[in-house]
Amino acid sequence: MFLIPDSVGKFFHRMASPPHFYALTEKLMPWLVTLFLLLLLSGLYGGLYLAPPDYQQGDSYRIIYIHVPSAWMSLFIYVVMAVAGAIGLIWHIKLAEIVAISSASVGASFTFIALVTGSLWGKPMWGTWWVWDARLTSELILLFLYLGVIGLYGAIDDKRSASKAIAILALVGVVNIPIIHYSVEWWNTLHQGPTVTKIDKPSIHISMLIPLLLMAMAFKVFYLIAMLQKARVELLQRERTSQWVKKMVLEQMR
Amino acid sequence: MTLQTFFAMGGYAFYVWTAYGICFVVLLANILIPIKQRKQFLRQQALKQKRQN
Repeated sequence: MFLIPDSVGKFFHRMASPPHFYALTEKLMPWLVTLFLLLLLSGLYGGLYLAPPDYQQGDSYRIIYIHVPSAWMSLFIYVVMAVAGAIGLIWHIKLAEIVAISSASVGASFTFIALVTGSLWGKPMWGTWWVWDARLTSELILLFLYLGVIGLYGAIDDKRSASKAIAILALVGVVNIPIIHYSVEWWNTLHQGPTVTKIDKPSIHISMLIPLLLMAMAFKVFYLIAMLQKARVELLQRERTSQWVKKMVLEQMR
Repeated sequence: MTLQTFFAMGGYAFYVWTAYGICFVVLLANILIPIKQRKQFLRQQALKQKRQN
């Protein structure tokens, strides 16, 4: 690969080596956790305490600080999962397969949180826990896609074939992502339209926007932490017969 | 703002705090479960190696 600088190529080559990945993620973890807590605490302080109540929705709108970042993460993680799955499918990189399956449970969790917090927000504001509106329905389908990926992976014993199967399922499900994103514009129902992603003129006050973005960043870092934790277990289980895992187990016994 | 009015959330305390509570529990589980699984795996492998020796 003459287009990629040698040092960069070396970095990725080493990252894709399982023992190096395992050791590096262990070293990285305290930094990620610190960053996550800083973002989380400042986001919560800004969102729950500093930001004023909404002029229409009162304090109930404060659910936005977990609802919207979770919903963003549910889409973002799905794309990461599909891309990692595709990389695993094409180049047979084991670590990409592991990132794909390790993302699925975190993505499912964020989708679940987006649905439940949306429901808890909808009840006082819309007067109902649930409507079969386009946004809610497509997000529910996303949850089923995640659960399908997790179930399919668990059902196939050979984890390399299982990874191929879930990569294909994830790639097919990508169709749902733009549907979720544009659902509030294509079908005008109960769910409100976008307030933040209108780059030219977001219809949200700066004192509410900053904590929202802080929470979004906190959730991104959280995804990294949770996905890496899951990836380390997956890696150990897949590499159980390899020398580096055996050596580590031996060191643990002492 | 007193602590009481803060927790009352303008009458929406149930909805707001349930949402935050569920979010917290689900996210925490995403960290604790893999850590537990990893420890369990290492313990099992250690036992296996002991039996082989």
